[in-house]
Amino acid sequence: MPTLNDILIMLPEFYLVAAACLLLLLDAFVKPEQRPQLHWIAIAVLLVGIYLVVVGQPEQAVTAFGGMFVRDDVAEILKVFALGTTAMVFVYARPYLIDRKLLGGEFYTLMIFAVIGIMLLVSAGNLVTVYLGLELLSLSSYALVAINRDAKLPPEAAIKYFVLGALASGMLLYGMSMVYGASGMGGRPTLDLAQLHHVMSYTTAPTLLLFGLIFMIVGIGFKLGAAPFHMWIPDVYQGAPTPVTTFIASGSKLAAFGMAWRLLDGGLGDLSQHWQLMLAVLAVISLAIGNLVAIVQTNLKRMLAYSTISHMGYLLLGLSAAGPEGYAAAMFYAICYALMGVAAFGVILALSRAGFECEEIADFKGLNQKSPWMAFLMLLAMFSLAGVPPLFGFWAKVLVLEAAIHANMLWLAIVGIVFAIIGLYYYLHVIKVMYFDKPVDGSSVSLQQDKPLRIVLSLNALSLLALGLYWGPLLGWCRRAFGL
Amino acid sequence: MFNHLLSLLIWLPVVGAIPVLLAGSTRPDLARWLSLLVAVLTFVVSLFLLLQYKPDTGGMQLTESYLWIASWGVHYGLAVDGISVALILMTTFVGILVIVGAWQVIQDKPHQYMAAMLMLEGLLIGVFCATDALLFYALFEAILIPMFILIGVWGGPRRVYATLKFFIYTFFGSVFMLIALLYLYQKAHTFDLATLAALPLTMKEQTWIFFAFLIAFAIKVPMVPVHTWLPDAHVEAPTGGSVVLAAVMLKVGTYGMLRFILPIVPDAGDHFAWIIIVLSLIAIVYIGYVALVQEDMKKLVAYSSVAHMGFVTLGIFIGFLLVRESGNTTMAMLGMQGAMVQMISHGFVSGAMFTCIGVMYDRTHTRLIKDYGGVINVMPWFGFFYVLFAMANCGLPGTSGFVGEFMVILASFAANPWIALFAAFTLIIGAGYTLWLVKRVLWGEVTNEHVAHMKEINGRETFVLVAFAAAVLAIGIWPQPLVHLMDSSVSQLVQQLAIHKI
Repeated sequence: MPTLNDILIMLPEFYLVAAACLLLLLDAFVKPEQRPQLHWIAIAVLLVGIYLVVVGQPEQAVTAFGGMFVRDDVAEILKVFALGTTAMVFVYARPYLIDRKLLGGEFYTLMIFAVIGIMLLVSAGNLVTVYLGLELLSLSSYALVAINRDAKLPPEAAIKYFVLGALASGMLLYGMSMVYGASGMGGRPTLDLAQLHHVMSYTTAPTLLLFGLIFMIVGIGFKLGAAPFHMWIPDVYQGAPTPVTTFIASGSKLAAFGMAWRLLDGGLGDLSQHWQLMLAVLAVISLAIGNLVAIVQTNLKRMLAYSTISHMGYLLLGLSAAGPEGYAAAMFYAICYALMGVAAFGVILALSRAGFECEEIADFKGLNQKSPWMAFLMLLAMFSLAGVPPLFGFWAKVLVLEAAIHANMLWLAIVGIVFAIIGLYYYLHVIKVMYFDKPVDGSSVSLQQDKPLRIVLSLNALSLLALGLYWGPLLGWCRRAFGL
Repeated sequence: MFNHLLSLLIWLPVVGAIPVLLAGSTRPDLARWLSLLVAVLTFVVSLFLLLQYKPDTGGMQLTESYLWIASWGVHYGLAVDGISVALILMTTFVGILVIVGAWQVIQDKPHQYMAAMLMLEGLLIGVFCATDALLFYALFEAILIPMFILIGVWGGPRRVYATLKFFIYTFFGSVFMLIALLYLYQKAHTFDLATLAALPLTMKEQTWIFFAFLIAFAIKVPMVPVHTWLPDAHVEAPTGGSVVLAAVMLKVGTYGMLRFILPIVPDAGDHFAWIIIVLSLIAIVYIGYVALVQEDMKKLVAYSSVAHMGFVTLGIFIGFLLVRESGNTTMAMLGMQGAMVQMISHGFVSGAMFTCIGVMYDRTHTRLIKDYGGVINVMPWFGFFYVLFAMANCGLPGTSGFVGEFMVILASFAANPWIALFAAFTLIIGAGYTLWLVKRVLWGEVTNEHVAHMKEINGRETFVLVAFAAAVLAIGIWPQPLVHLMDSSVSQLVQQLAIHKI
């Protein structure tokens, strides 16, 4: 029987479900001319969500519904940033959606449901909760990618995303069933992550457990977008409407980190010697494919997609260190990447307008002549993604490299740093196009005049600089969450 | 206020760049005056630094240390010794001159140019006073950003190629240093340079760390064979960019060697000193010959920079030979002092040479030697300065170029006369390429229309050249204050050479 306490622990999630349903109803009943007002309500909903997450945070980790749901500091941090970046996506998306006549309840409701999926996922204490959260996030994302259904690319991207996503979910589920089976051999079968932690010590079918682990890693790799499970990333990033891409590049990555950590450290921590090397291999392949293929891209969204793959390689560097230091570094990296991704896509959104997507790198030619401020914000985002100090992205890279060295994987750190040099080129290329090239005659990049967009985007990009200068508190927060 | 003098020096130009940027393209003159004001203020503050620093005491002074990243024990730690003070003074001095020099020359987005220059200046000062390795590294890398923009936006025709090469090349070198620093952090749990200096390391560890450091700093200096980015970057950079690059940025490489290689990996440094000495001699002799055949004036001076920086690295690493093999501390002191004086002197001389080339380029828009001839006939005053700096460049006694080279050659003679022999080649080759340059550009009849129409230097240019000339002559005629300023710091460095850490 769920008690009141269980419900209080899950209050932010329950509140968001109610709010999302309410938003859907409102959308159906308000007059068409008032529908744009939903935008502000949706942002308020998310901000209140952050408030509830932070205020209700218990001192110690607590569980609800018999261990199905865990509320700890890791979950808190990931939820705060997932909600925050989603609110930023809402702000950036408004002019884009208005120009394309997409502004309405569906977008906001689906986004909020996706965020609820993230929140469940990062708080999961049970394999079933993991799967539920993942599916809620994925199904909402599939629909969001296809939200601009009259355009050519989005439905194609959505189908690709769906087919591959379903396959990966299947793999994950298959792996979970094997782990469940292994836990039943020699003991009581369980789906609870905390109990699964010790399966290795008593199971009579360790091979089955390992097989389960491998299938689960496939699912995690897909969700992170780590090579060789990265095939969907470029098409979805490019094909999806830019606000949705922004969301997939930010909130979704936080969720993927949360899921990986819950499953690997929480559930299968005893097998860390096995998955450590698997993750290291995934990291190396991601770094190589992401960085090398990004060099030849001409579409900025596609280039950023490959850059995501390489960034997930860095995140895996931290995860594969398999220790609290490494997890803290990886979470720091996920947060950092979410902020950088939102900023980079935010600039694309700020430069897009009706009938013009501003997503080719060539569209940025001579941006410094036309809009020095936007060019500067993009410069910050690019240098941060490239990992040049003093920007935020540099410190995130330093942390994961340190974690890898700490875990006696100096070779992995060296691979990581070598690919950072290669990756530098394509980010510099964007800056080169913006600053050194002359604007093409006839192309008129006109800015979105939306005030909130400009203000929030500016703060977002400047935060990359500010956090680069003073990242101690954030790191401290991440480390405390892992008991350091 | 005075216990934050170093912070003030770093942040004044960096923060000062913001109003310059905001002054915007609509009021370029306001931006120019603002940036000049910031640069002059920074220079004045650096003079206070000179007064505050006590050269007789030695050691790191004016220490500032705040816990920056608590969970990692990273400090925002600043302090200076005599060498830092000299380099900071040179930076702030050159900082004014590049802004005055760019006054009329940069017409396209002057506010952005000035702001980038100021940020560069602030970051460079930061590099020269960081006592925390991670802070040093962050600043060391961050200087690439404004330089990248400076070359890429205001540079010559092949600026994009040059600036990308510059950025990726130097980034490539420094990342290995980052790995080495993280490795050291695993052992020492701190990035504090003084603690790292006391950390015992095995020879194997020292070797790897030595090469990681070496690759970072050798590219920055630059040493042969990783100097190839320099001619490109210099040729394409705007005059101010070239001046800062040659005068200050190259010194970051040798300064890094003093702060990292010497104290942290002294045994590997001793073991591999011969590599550096050979590479330095190659730089001095071979690059000197390369400079001889250049047709582009900027390239010629760029190569001569590589050769002159060879003296700095030679002077630093000859100390290992002297101290560890013959215990000759006096001569090691002399060599190290020579290297330091050469660093400062080369800053002024190369900066002045690039300014001179910039002055000619602004009038004719060509840097090729064959497009000139008989410039002295139309610009006698300019010719006067040009010859003066050329003499300093080939090390004429009485100019700053002589002092450092002479001291380094003396010290290397004590170590091994053969080293001195090759080092002394510079007196011939340096004179060769510089005097031949002067002959082809300045002397003779006016060769073409363009040269005939060149105008004499204006007041602004005269100011810059006079300032450079004063510095060059001051160090050349009376180097004692400069030597005294760095004396105790240099002797501490030499003592460090003898310490075994295994």
